[in-house]
Amino acid sequence: MSELRFEKTSIRVGHGARALTAVDGVDLVVPARSIVGLIGESGSGKSTLGRAAVGLNPVSGGRILLDGQPLARQLRRGAVQMVFQDPMSSLDPRMTIGDSIAESISRRRIRRATDRRREVERLLELLDLEPQWADEYPEKLSGGQRQRIALARALAARPEVLIADEITSALDVSIQGSILNQVKDLQRQFGFSMLFISHNLSVVRYLCDQVAVIYLGRLVEQGPAEDVLSDPQHPYTRELLEASPDSGGPLVQPGGILHAVGDGEATDPHHPPTGCRYHPRCPVGPAVHPDRNACRTSVPLPLGRAHHAACHFAAMTETPLTATT
Amino acid sequence: MTARTSSSAPDPSTPSPARRLLAGLAKTIRTPMGATATVFLGVVLLAAIVAPMLWSGTAAKVDATALDQGPSGEHWLGTDNLGRDLLLRVLVAARLSVLLSLSATAIGISLGLLLGAAPWLLGPRLGRLAAAFVNIAVAFPMLLMTLFFAVIFGVGVQGSVCAIGISMAPWFARLTQTLIAGVQKRDFVAAARIARVSRFGVLRRHILPNIAEPLIVNVALAAAAALLAFAGLSFLGLGVQAPEYDWGLLLNEGLSGIYVNPAGALGPGIAIVVAGLGFNLFGEALAKVLGSRHKVRTFRPRGASRTVSGSGGHPRQHATDGSAGDAIAPAGEVPVLEVDRLRVSLDTPNGTVSPVREISFSMKRGEALGVVGESGSGKSLTALAVAQLLESPLHVEAATLRLLGKDLMAADPRSRATRRFLATSLGLVFQNPTTSFNPTMRIGPQLAEVARLHQDMSRRQAGARAVDRLRAVRIPGAERRAKQYPHEFSGGMRQRAMVGMAMMGNPSLIIADEPTTALDVTIQRQVLNLLEQIRVENQVAVLLISHDISVIGQFCSRVLVMYAGRVVEELPSADLRTSARHPYTRALLSAVPDMTADRSQPLATVPGRPVDPADRPAGCAFAPRCTFATAQCHTAEPPLQEVGSGGTVACWNPQEGAVTAVQGQVQQAGRGQA
Amino acid sequence: MEARRAALGLNDPIWSQYVHYLKNLLAGDFGESITRPGLSVSQIIGQRLPATIELAGLAFVIAMLVSIPLGVLMAALTRGGRRQRTELAFTSSSIVFAAIPEFILAVGLVCLFGQGVGLLGIFPVAGRSGPLSLVLPVISLAVAPTVVLARVVRVEVLTVMEADYIRTARSKRLRAWRLYLRHALPNAVTATLTLSGLLLGGLIAGTVLVESVMAWPGLGSSMVSSILTKDYPLVQGIVLVYGVVVLVINLVVDVVLAVLDPRSAIQES
Repeated sequence: MSELRFEKTSIRVGHGARALTAVDGVDLVVPARSIVGLIGESGSGKSTLGRAAVGLNPVSGGRILLDGQPLARQLRRGAVQMVFQDPMSSLDPRMTIGDSIAESISRRRIRRATDRRREVERLLELLDLEPQWADEYPEKLSGGQRQRIALARALAARPEVLIADEITSALDVSIQGSILNQVKDLQRQFGFSMLFISHNLSVVRYLCDQVAVIYLGRLVEQGPAEDVLSDPQHPYTRELLEASPDSGGPLVQPGGILHAVGDGEATDPHHPPTGCRYHPRCPVGPAVHPDRNACRTSVPLPLGRAHHAACHFAAMTETPLTATT
Repeated sequence: MTARTSSSAPDPSTPSPARRLLAGLAKTIRTPMGATATVFLGVVLLAAIVAPMLWSGTAAKVDATALDQGPSGEHWLGTDNLGRDLLLRVLVAARLSVLLSLSATAIGISLGLLLGAAPWLLGPRLGRLAAAFVNIAVAFPMLLMTLFFAVIFGVGVQGSVCAIGISMAPWFARLTQTLIAGVQKRDFVAAARIARVSRFGVLRRHILPNIAEPLIVNVALAAAAALLAFAGLSFLGLGVQAPEYDWGLLLNEGLSGIYVNPAGALGPGIAIVVAGLGFNLFGEALAKVLGSRHKVRTFRPRGASRTVSGSGGHPRQHATDGSAGDAIAPAGEVPVLEVDRLRVSLDTPNGTVSPVREISFSMKRGEALGVVGESGSGKSLTALAVAQLLESPLHVEAATLRLLGKDLMAADPRSRATRRFLATSLGLVFQNPTTSFNPTMRIGPQLAEVARLHQDMSRRQAGARAVDRLRAVRIPGAERRAKQYPHEFSGGMRQRAMVGMAMMGNPSLIIADEPTTALDVTIQRQVLNLLEQIRVENQVAVLLISHDISVIGQFCSRVLVMYAGRVVEELPSADLRTSARHPYTRALLSAVPDMTADRSQPLATVPGRPVDPADRPAGCAFAPRCTFATAQCHTAEPPLQEVGSGGTVACWNPQEGAVTAVQGQVQQAGRGQA
Repeated sequence: MEARRAALGLNDPIWSQYVHYLKNLLAGDFGESITRPGLSVSQIIGQRLPATIELAGLAFVIAMLVSIPLGVLMAALTRGGRRQRTELAFTSSSIVFAAIPEFILAVGLVCLFGQGVGLLGIFPVAGRSGPLSLVLPVISLAVAPTVVLARVVRVEVLTVMEADYIRTARSKRLRAWRLYLRHALPNAVTATLTLSGLLLGGLIAGTVLVESVMAWPGLGSSMVSSILTKDYPLVQGIVLVYGVVVLVINLVVDVVLAVLDPRSAIQES
């Protein structure tokens, strides 16, 4: 009913000499009624991919399909909606909250002003906000409240897919929980599928059914969330897990994966490494094992199982993952 | 008992944008600049409307007996070469001058808006062409363009109006373009595009209302410019032609007779200046009023100050030797940092606000102390206060603030000795490595500055030390890197360079204010590892500020939890999950899912939102959000008291037991307030 | 008469006249002045250009030399909302002086200080006759750019002083002057330079008017008289020269900005 499918999707951003391929040949499926997490760090292309799914970035290679149909037509009926990271910039300060939400309500579906008003109030109540807020301006709202309104606005369009781009990263910790709870409830209630973009592994593990890990524009690992995050196959996923402070381990872990490779130079996104893009940093790659030349020359492809990683030497890691309790 | 915050219904006080604009205009008229402008404009408009009706006949009266006279009782400004009264001519000329300027302004604004909105309306590719065209057109000075168009359109009123209008357009277009570019980036525009609103619709509903205020200000300034341009044109003889006359033409006539009757030139000159000033001052005053509204007012005090001044307050109730809870150190060793009853205050028109109060702690050599809190907790202010980096209007008070035994409150911050001491004993690492380095200076000299100024090193010695420090923080190719600019470094490398800079003077204490918040988690780990290594190898104490309790738990041996400007709990970080007592600390710990969180249960939530320091409720600041709050909590603020396991807590109802799966049961109430 | 028309090429079709004109242009030949036959346009321009450059150049230099230190000083004095009266005085007088067009200021100065006219007849009011005659026209031209620039410098420096890297610099316990001059000013320079490019262009335009007031023998007064006498070749030539000068100024500003700002070579994503 609402399956979002990325087929060999590539996206170029910028123009002229500054153009770069932010997303390179990504194959990703967000099945109907499920939440898929997209994990990556800055510069990985995760936000770019999310924005392409709502038509904000044009696709330069491959295609995006919703229910088997090309995305462009579906966007016209508001089938894919997005909630943004920065709560302060996601609401027009010169527009009432009710108007902001109502803008997303399809004119074909609800035409009369009174009906639209009623729908707006219904949505506000759905998100635990008093209906009187519809006449107010966003000035005095907190970050958490703004994100709720952004959610209401997205839901007003009755989307089949919701793209959540780091929606709790800018919120205080004590508030994140309520937003995430709400998102989970709404997804269960309305049955839309969701692409949940984040850099926080614990949150992704909690919320998502499936998880995909993206590095420098390419997917390096995909699979059910529990599997990927408890038994990662790709060295980058392992690195992320080990580095995450919520993993519970001590700070300095001698022999841990992070010490295998020195603190190297940063990668220039305009000139990514050949072959596997992770190889300059990879603790099981040519930086540590000079004979593993395949990493430099050929792009590793994921194998076809449910949980797969794009690595020439997956599941051959010598350094055991430190306990995560 | 469920906890609810004060109001979940909206506070009906935000008016519509149109009403706010009108209010802004009214306020402008009351400012001194605005009042002056209104008076000037009022006089000019009055003359423009009334003078021709009353005096156009008289002004044209030729009097052969009174040619070229100076000022006199009968003719206040004298007469011109045809005996006409100059003052009356100046007054009558007001109408034409004002009318022509306003027409030209109207043309300029309409064209300019169109051109300026073109990049948005045309989309990315064509829009770039439009933008480039405007940028080129803007490079030409207005007067030259006016002259050029004047030649094309021909001299005279119509030609000049068109000429001035068209030459104003690029400037206005560029302004519009810049404003639109600023609004375009904001997410609500993207949201509208996703909602399938057309480009024109977005322009009308979202962009224009958000750029209206600066545009209106510039309309006033543009009117002034048009007025002056017209005066210039007519002065040159290219604008209004005789027998019609405006101020510019009068100025031209007056100039030729300047040796005979200077008033003939001064009169129109002053009129031009007054009118131009009127528009200019009005625009500026309006800009000031509208701009001041957007200043983020972080403290909104209501009523009298709620703070207790210095010496009273709530003293730490523990052993008087002040060593409880500290790490064991050799007897007689001076603590690196001693802070007792630190307070940061701000004077506002409604009283004094203290976003930080009653902070007391101490640090030993090589110790890692963490301060955790959310927005409004005052943790960053505390760090900056200790580092003596706060500027007025904030001021710092403390019963004790000693670094390495030296009293920082008594030291003169401008004396060479103090500056040298602070620069070499205290190192700072700030949050955002991208903006924390001077973009126009190479990294090496930025580090070397400390050594050259405070350690008496020559430029070469200081440079070498900088390279050495860069190497110590594991930056590869340190010598080459030292000659680079900050933007050539990656984020993680910049943060490491910042740590290197903090280490230039062999400090005993490093204060790190959210050093990893802006970094990716893998880089975060590198930087924390680096700090740990430095702490251990050089026995440098580290004061780590963060909102991330997991990071603090990993890095620090002791934790201070701050809420609403106070320390609410202090405990060893190893005991966080097992014996945190304050409900807020426990809430923070359980609100963050870790890798073992139960996916079938909702996450723990804390209703309400972090407190604004100017808006603190009576009693315990956390009480409105606390599940365990009693009547006492709402009326009296709990003092910080020692508890058995070497910590302190400020709570009337401290909780016991491990903080584990508290999901689903606790603090579910009042979801809507956050 | 017919012979004259034929000789001037006025009988040729328009396009060939235009091509002919462009060809001459590239060879540096702007044609011949109509009202002053016998003198080529390039000769006239060559005679009068130096006078204009003298005026505009001097005015610009003075504006830069005064406005930048003044702006920095004002920023340092009024930072953090201190000395509000000083700020008000500075801002108001800037607005007032910027609002007075240069030719009116010239008229006013002539009335006050002009020889034979004003209360204090110190400075010459017409013609180019030695350093004293420069004073009034240069002041008329320089005042507005100076105050505008000083205000911008102040605002830019104040903005820069709120930046994170200034806090870092303060943590190095530098003296105030070093903070302003070594850390703040170089970063405030970008906006200042861009504006001064525009102001210089405006200055050149202003010479047109001031030269007319003070009978200064430069391109400006020449342009005005040629427009009034419909000496089109001369007008075209002068406009062209002005256009080229403005473009060159903008180019120079762009180049200087690129040199000074280490980031412009590598665009940040």
